[in-house]
Amino acid sequence: MSDSHGTHAMTSDDGGVVHHFAHHFATADDEFEAAKQGMWLFLVTEVLMFGGLFVAYGIFHGLYPAMFKECHEFLNVKLGATNTVVLITSSLTMALAVSATQRGKRQRAILLLTSTFMLACCFLVIKYFEWSHKFHEGLLPGKHFTNTEIHAKKADLFFSLYFVMTGLHGFHVIVGMCLIAWLIKRTVKKELGPQYYTPTELVGFYWHFVDLVWIYLFPLLYLVN
Amino acid sequence: MSNHSATGVVHGDNYLNHTPGIWSWLTTLDHKRIGVMYLFTVLSFFFVGGVFALLIRMSLFYSGHHFIDANTYNKFFTYHGAIMVFLVIIPAIPAALGNFLVPIMVGAKDVAFPRLNLFSYYIYCAGAIFATAALFMRGADTGWTFYTPYSIQTSTTVILVLTGAFIAGFSSILTGLNFIVTVHKLRAPGMSWSRLPLFIWAIYATSIIQVLATPVLAITLMLLILERVVGIGIFDPALGGDPILFQHFFWFYSHPAVYIMILPAMGIISEVIPVFSRKPIFGYKAIAYSSFGIALIAFIVWGHHMFVSGQSELANFVFSLITMFVAIPTGVKTFSWVWTMARGSIHFNAPMLYAFGFIELFTIGGLTGVFLATLAIDVHLTQTYFVVAHFHYVMVGGTLMGLLAGLHFWFPKMWGKMYDEKASVIASTLIILGFNVTFFPQFILGLQGMPRRYWDYLPEFQTLNQVSTVGSWLIGAGFLYTAWYLGKALMSGEKAPSNPWQSTTLEWQTSSPPPFENFLETPIVSHWAYEYLPEGGVPQNAPANPATA
Repeated sequence: MSDSHGTHAMTSDDGGVVHHFAHHFATADDEFEAAKQGMWLFLVTEVLMFGGLFVAYGIFHGLYPAMFKECHEFLNVKLGATNTVVLITSSLTMALAVSATQRGKRQRAILLLTSTFMLACCFLVIKYFEWSHKFHEGLLPGKHFTNTEIHAKKADLFFSLYFVMTGLHGFHVIVGMCLIAWLIKRTVKKELGPQYYTPTELVGFYWHFVDLVWIYLFPLLYLVN
Repeated sequence: MSNHSATGVVHGDNYLNHTPGIWSWLTTLDHKRIGVMYLFTVLSFFFVGGVFALLIRMSLFYSGHHFIDANTYNKFFTYHGAIMVFLVIIPAIPAALGNFLVPIMVGAKDVAFPRLNLFSYYIYCAGAIFATAALFMRGADTGWTFYTPYSIQTSTTVILVLTGAFIAGFSSILTGLNFIVTVHKLRAPGMSWSRLPLFIWAIYATSIIQVLATPVLAITLMLLILERVVGIGIFDPALGGDPILFQHFFWFYSHPAVYIMILPAMGIISEVIPVFSRKPIFGYKAIAYSSFGIALIAFIVWGHHMFVSGQSELANFVFSLITMFVAIPTGVKTFSWVWTMARGSIHFNAPMLYAFGFIELFTIGGLTGVFLATLAIDVHLTQTYFVVAHFHYVMVGGTLMGLLAGLHFWFPKMWGKMYDEKASVIASTLIILGFNVTFFPQFILGLQGMPRRYWDYLPEFQTLNQVSTVGSWLIGAGFLYTAWYLGKALMSGEKAPSNPWQSTTLEWQTSSPPPFENFLETPIVSHWAYEYLPEGGVPQNAPANPATA
């Protein structure tokens, strides 16, 4: 076991930087498998964290269905739908970036990662316009709610949920953008490539998860029936 | 079988002296050093939480005559609870002993993600700093449960404690995640699941709860922080929110958290009893699987904290029924331990004394839990000292007894020194006796109707309160004495051999203290963890017996 310690590393054809796996793993494959399992577990914790918000949504929606229906009409479905398309597209570019990295197509990988980053920016810009419009109309969470057009009582709760859910999701998008920027840097420096692509693959997992959360948020908030 | 240890001793290189200087400790990626850092940090907070406990008991010595005022009293029991739960009992065994032992016991060189492990430690420290900062500001007076709406209205700095618990939670999640991956991916050759020590099974089950439950606490505390900062109204009845929803969310985490506290202690007891009975553990699989049984039931009993909150009668009935099921896997463990001891060759060393303490105290704690799960009785006893006594018998009688058993059991391994056996007998007697003197009267006080968390009480409760306070001094003395003789052993204890207890598991087959990468060569495991005979055990990495292989 310990014979291969630190010396077992693949070299890549296009001169990628050799990755030395950590001392406590027997092989680089073991390290990759462990990292993947760790990421899956992390995503499970994320599901449970968002799960709390989904439960709160379910309970208040059950208590005040009419209020939810009236409030959701104040959200802009077109912008929400556009953002859904933007994020799904970014998931596609991310998946292609992982595949390009694995196959050693470095220029293509950098381009695809940059596209993913730009699409994430685009999502946040649209979100910013949506949020500022809500601020302007006094559609704010809890005690800050000042809108007079909505007649249903306790409408502030809907907007509390709206802002907390999209806010927490937005925070995850920002974290994802930092991670993608880090991937671009490491891919440019040839540290990531066919010889070592664990970070790219794992950030890919994370990014698909962020996308998936939005796919639930969009119908729950924008398409209340 | 002991050649690893022999060579380790010759080189004299171990994890403690592998690299010199405080900086090499603060930036270490070695799981053993991280475990040691957790241990000292946790024990420091245990001291702080313990001082608050003694102050609370002091104040309750006389009826109608208290040396701290009511508001300070509220803050003290909040600090005691919050520090003990979030900063001591939850991380004590998994983060401190677990970090030290999990990789060695499975035959690995480290945890799966060493950098994440160090990061978890600093997250824990950051959370602790936030929580203790509150002590120097306006404090917190909500109790450790942070119930709404009071936690939204109080003028104390409860937000700092909330943020501290929120941050410390991530440390717990990441530690659990690290252990799960370590047990899956880094077991030594031959270390099959059915050969794993039961401590590993217990830590594994604990990790699952940490990973699944703690994120729910995170979102709950985040919502409560937002409630205080922004006023989002989710838990605020004045804004249409639901304060009971907070209780549901809180207990969805905090009930499983009880098992985060207790399962690792059960794991330690499962290690200690066969070693000091010189007998193979009885019901290995039953003990291993019952940890998962407990972990599973843990998630569907939270409503028993809310029998008087106004939740539906059907929910009360269902939660009451499911709660009683917890007694089954717990009973399976207790019977297996007792049966392991039966006709064994019992050695009365300190770890074993604490294991006896565990069985006695935890059984009382567990059985009174069944009382409280019974709806009609709980309605009468809720929010009384009966509940206080019950969960102290479980938390202290369970987790702390387990921790003390573990601290003594693995002391020679961690430090390469032996502690004073006689002193440990005196200290354990003081602690276990003192514990009963402190908390048994509280069962009676609770039955007589003395409410918990009150600053003052009726004169007729005074005698039992005074007994209880005297008991707290015995516990305090026992712990001070323990700190003294363990400290002395650390400085000038007799040198410990690799395997002073003739134990079979892998951590005892390497030198004391272990070398930097735990073993000089990766162990090959060919034995079950509990092949004990009256005269000693067969180490897990002993060559396979051709007759049985």
